[in-house]
Amino acid sequence: MPLASRIFLRLALSHLVAGSILGAWLLAAKGGWPPMPPAWFRAAHVEMLLAGWLLNLIMGTAYWILPRHTTGPARGRAGPVVFALVALNAGVIAAGCGGSLVGGRALEALAAASFALHAWTRVRPSSRPAPREP
Amino acid sequence: MPQLSRWLARTALVYLLAALLLGVAIPAAGGHSPYLSTAWPVYIHLLVLGWATQLIAAVAFWMFPRAEPKAAASDAPGWAMYGLLNAGLLLRAVTEPVVERHSLLPLAALLQLAAILIFAATLWPRIRGR
Repeated sequence: MPLASRIFLRLALSHLVAGSILGAWLLAAKGGWPPMPPAWFRAAHVEMLLAGWLLNLIMGTAYWILPRHTTGPARGRAGPVVFALVALNAGVIAAGCGGSLVGGRALEALAAASFALHAWTRVRPSSRPAPREP
Repeated sequence: MPQLSRWLARTALVYLLAALLLGVAIPAAGGHSPYLSTAWPVYIHLLVLGWATQLIAAVAFWMFPRAEPKAAASDAPGWAMYGLLNAGLLLRAVTEPVVERHSLLPLAALLQLAAILIFAATLWPRIRGR
């Protein structure tokens, strides 16, 4: 598993745990304990789970597992992937933790565009020959 | 595919069906059912937690590189995660839309959170290079 995928996946798990702690607090507070948290908890919970958990997991797994190039760097240039990694996680924190919703969502969109640019040419038939039918 | 992953994947499919049926029932009831008129958060969590996260767990437990030799690996944390997640989610589904049952929501929250913590702790060492 390449380094970028390991970072994506560990960040995904970190967002899952942090977002779930906020969600557990929100749910339990409906039952009277603990006290109702501030309103930004809900926005952070949604952002961390929908963008932080799912998008980091999908990008990390895709970078690891999509068919590799036969010439040049096997997984393509690292620049767009590193940019996607940084922009996505900065965006989640900005949008979810009261920084700037518009700015955070814009960073998430830029991350998606950068990752799509990277993955576009890797979405193709595998270069490995298919197993022969018996 | 190991047995744990098969159970997780099949349960995820059941949640997908249940969530989509609930997604039909909520607007169809038109506010006439007290349960359905406040079941929107249950619908979302059946999809994101019951369907998506549980299916991801099924594939991750199956495909991620193992931290130790296969013979030494234990599926016990995975089964604990499966039990806690589904107990918490089902408890939430029957209590969250009914105000009189809200005293059980802290338990539902703890069960689901414990499942996520076990999942993350089990998967973390399996995120590694070969």
